[in-house]
Amino acid sequence: MPELNLTSAPAHLRHGSNIGQPLTRRDGVLKVTGRATYAADNHPPGMLFAVMAVASIARGRVTSLDVAAAKRHPGVVEVMTPDHKPKLAIDPEIKTNPFVFRMEVLQSHEVRYANQPIAVVIAETLEAATEGATLLAPRYDVQTALVGLDAGESYVPPVVGVGNPTENTHGDVEAGLAAAEKQIDATYETPPQYHNAMEPHAIVAHWNGDNLQIDMPTQGLMLSLGRIAELFGIAPDKIHIRSPFLGGGFGSKGLMSGPPTLGIMAAKLVGKPVKLVLRREQMYGPVGHRAPTRQRLRIGTDGEGRLTALDHHARTVSSTFDDFYEPAADASHTLYAAPAIRTSHDAVRVNTGTPLFMRAPGEATGSIALESAIDEMAWACGIDPLAFRLKNYAEVEPMTGRPFSSKALRACYDQGAARFGWAKRSLQPRQMRDDAGLLVGWGMGTATFPALMFQAEARAVLRRDGSGAMEIGAHDMGQGAWTALAQIAADAVGLDIDRVDFKAGTSDLPDAGIAGGSAHTATAGAAIHSAGAAVIAKLADLATNDERSPLFGAGNAGVIARDGRLIRRDDESRSESYAEILARAGVAEVEARGTGAPNPAAMEEYAMHAHGAVFAEVKVDPELGQVRVSRMVGAFAAGRIVNPHLVKSQLFGGMIWGMSFALHEEAVTDRRSGRIMNANLGEYHIPVNADVPPLDVITVEEHDPHVNALGIKGVGEIGITGSAGAVANAVWHATGVRVRRFPIKIEELLTQR
Amino acid sequence: MKQFDYVRPATVAEAVSAAAQPGAVYLAAGTNLLDLMKGGVSRPDRLVDVTHLHGLDQIETLADGSLRIGALVSNADLAHDANFAKSYPAVAEALLSGASAQLRNAATVGGNLLQRTRCAYFYDTASRCNKREPGSGCDARDGENRGHAVLGWSESCIATHPSDFCVPLVALDAVVEIEGRSGRREIALEELHRLPGQTPERESALEPGDLIVAVRLLAAARGFATHARYLKVRERTSYAFAVVSAAAALRIENGKIAEARLALGGVAAKPWRARAAEDVLRNVAPTADAFQEAAWRALTDAKPSGDNAFKIELARRIVVRALTLAAAGTPARIPALPASPFASTSGAIHA
Repeated sequence: MPELNLTSAPAHLRHGSNIGQPLTRRDGVLKVTGRATYAADNHPPGMLFAVMAVASIARGRVTSLDVAAAKRHPGVVEVMTPDHKPKLAIDPEIKTNPFVFRMEVLQSHEVRYANQPIAVVIAETLEAATEGATLLAPRYDVQTALVGLDAGESYVPPVVGVGNPTENTHGDVEAGLAAAEKQIDATYETPPQYHNAMEPHAIVAHWNGDNLQIDMPTQGLMLSLGRIAELFGIAPDKIHIRSPFLGGGFGSKGLMSGPPTLGIMAAKLVGKPVKLVLRREQMYGPVGHRAPTRQRLRIGTDGEGRLTALDHHARTVSSTFDDFYEPAADASHTLYAAPAIRTSHDAVRVNTGTPLFMRAPGEATGSIALESAIDEMAWACGIDPLAFRLKNYAEVEPMTGRPFSSKALRACYDQGAARFGWAKRSLQPRQMRDDAGLLVGWGMGTATFPALMFQAEARAVLRRDGSGAMEIGAHDMGQGAWTALAQIAADAVGLDIDRVDFKAGTSDLPDAGIAGGSAHTATAGAAIHSAGAAVIAKLADLATNDERSPLFGAGNAGVIARDGRLIRRDDESRSESYAEILARAGVAEVEARGTGAPNPAAMEEYAMHAHGAVFAEVKVDPELGQVRVSRMVGAFAAGRIVNPHLVKSQLFGGMIWGMSFALHEEAVTDRRSGRIMNANLGEYHIPVNADVPPLDVITVEEHDPHVNALGIKGVGEIGITGSAGAVANAVWHATGVRVRRFPIKIEELLTQR
Repeated sequence: MKQFDYVRPATVAEAVSAAAQPGAVYLAAGTNLLDLMKGGVSRPDRLVDVTHLHGLDQIETLADGSLRIGALVSNADLAHDANFAKSYPAVAEALLSGASAQLRNAATVGGNLLQRTRCAYFYDTASRCNKREPGSGCDARDGENRGHAVLGWSESCIATHPSDFCVPLVALDAVVEIEGRSGRREIALEELHRLPGQTPERESALEPGDLIVAVRLLAAARGFATHARYLKVRERTSYAFAVVSAAAALRIENGKIAEARLALGGVAAKPWRARAAEDVLRNVAPTADAFQEAAWRALTDAKPSGDNAFKIELARRIVVRALTLAAAGTPARIPALPASPFASTSGAIHA
């Protein structure tokens, strides 16, 4: 309940609301002073160091490991191999649910991809374990690796992404293309990319009898806990995971993977606490990546520039032993109003670690292709790219005909274009130069990401001293959950944020669901909101049923919780503090639980998506082909903005990632060996600070009554979409050269002078 | 990590004798060596830490007007030395375009000269590499090689030397002072690095125990100070090695080029001095046509070693641009984005 209160109270109190205020992150000081404890910072007494030996081949078998040599090395305690390891309770090849991926935990000598773990050396020091791993000097029976998008016969996977249909059809695409006045038919390629979270995957595992203490960064505490319980055959309540901070996850720390499992096995083998941290290059294999794609887009328009058909086909890869398919073509389901749309996928199997969700899975890869193609189509029609998008604006979700729960994309286009100055853009490419003679280009892209919800639970407490607590096993990957969720918690229980003991990040708290799908704030926030409402209701019962309370009899009129007091809704002069209510009732505290979950009825009725519009300016050296982004403006509508400061940072990060997608990122795979040749941050290029231009983010007002109780859509991933295409389209506008293979390289732009 | 001995000699003579033994290597800042050791690419038995040796961290002007730079001077300290930057601006610009600010603070002049190639197959111990394991073969030759050499390569090795610093140094006839088992000697920097031929594992003219103690820039090289630039095309604005780079320096008298210096980086196993191009620029006016001609001369012998034919054309264009920039005159201040094609972009943030 916002109210005007002209006191000297801090801004977030002045309006009586924590949600919506730009608080700086509450864990910031801990982080910049080195006191935030990340998983690998834990050193229980007696801890040993484990180092993985990984395969240098992509396909074949390990025929020998010199275990004796490794064991002779001073400090080496144990060597875990397929022949010497603790037995797991179940075969890790068995997929017990769709969120279980197969992992390599020394179950056989087979090698399925480069950098697959083939042994673990455990030693008293990191250095000894590292050298022990080298001394294993593995020998292999090598088979020819399957590499690249044409590695073998293609097939149509049963589903893509998480259970999405492989193929979707709306209307008659071939008829639409046949009837089109103008058509384009273009093929785009995106490379394999790796999550490269700044914090490598790490675990400190400590068995105490059959109790298991784990420090490990995870985006899914309860999913990880369930998987560990199943793999090691112990009850979930014997396991405690701490994951208070993640140094980034981006999808690669969502599900239990092989390396942390090996850490737990190693601790079991030696009977001591063990730490296992991946080296940077070891993150290029067993912990997921974004699969490469080749996407063909065929688009037709009528004489007015209205779409007649949109056909989007994506080829991708999966591993030889498991299934994850980048749902790239699905990006074409929601944005443009074509009477006929078809999306389809096929795949080949290659010797790679299984691909996985990576920040905006499907949307990122699909968006750069779709937005490039829309740009090409607009040019073919001789229409400004923004005007073309407005002409084909989807008033309802094109694929399903459902209305949108809310869609402020038109406002995003308007506000973004105005801020950018888009109206002054030349239609023709290669028209603009700066004072130094550099080519200047302007491009745009539409951003979109579904507004998802998972399931979560929270526990709220109000205490007699007037304080409160909110408990939820939520995950802070750096996005700011410690702050944003605490803001929601404070409003949920009607207390100042500093009076609420907000607990998150451990597995003994209520399940917050997975921090993924841009859904964590919405999902955990909804649980917090309902737990808060439930505990307030309990407190209100105590007061309104007690004739000694000024609120007695207010049950029908209701009460409002604000600033630690319950206030009679129809008479604000009658109120009582939480402390007074609890003291009189003679209870130390009241507690209640609440849940957050998707609303199936609303989902059936409405299409729920966040939207945005990104505008980019690039400069290109006309002779040398080097590209530099000189400014970007992104306008995003994502429902309620819980913390504008953190949201802006999230969107900045996404926009930089989009720019990285267009211009920098690529895992270079040796076409013969299947090995990643640039598995380090020196050579796997992401933008450095000097590459990042001034970024301008506009959060467009949007109220969505349908997505969830708080109207939150999520901003974790949308920033990438639109941005990658905007940069690519700006490069075309600067140079007149349409590059369809990403990242855009210097040599592609040397062709013209 | 492999266990190794660590020794910290008190004098240069002790250092030379300690490093002359098989399996010993010098350690300065370690910005390259430690990565190589962690990756198992380099597995020395003994590190001879020279960072505590006295007298190797000075920048001094000698009686003959030349500038003597101690091997332990850091890249950053050298680049920010006002006298040095004024006298040899292209070298300062090259230094500031290299690596990142953090690495430049640590890296040393001597170490920079001896940094190893960035060929991915050299770094990947599972790949064959004649440089790492003589006679094993070269997996780069038919591999992912768009960044590899277009000049001076052999079937044995197509790696490039990654230094920015060395490119203007070689253009300006820098001299390297070496302390060895048989005393002190000096050689031209151009003679320090070797082309691969059949022995790519032999990267330099140094003998076991040889320690680079200083680099000297001659007084005559100051004559280019008003027309000297370094230009580096790379795949991001900082912390990336050159795809191709060039150092160009001109001495212009009465509207004509009295003397030109040109060297290329990122194209060969050594910083590539382009003397044929320098020759065609002597006594001609600094025109676009002359620079085009020089560019063709500089790359006459170039041939692709893989998917890198574009580097030849790119190198020609970079030569033309670097010469054009040099002819226009050295800027009063080193640009915020040193050596970048975007150096003239206003409002640029420092790289």
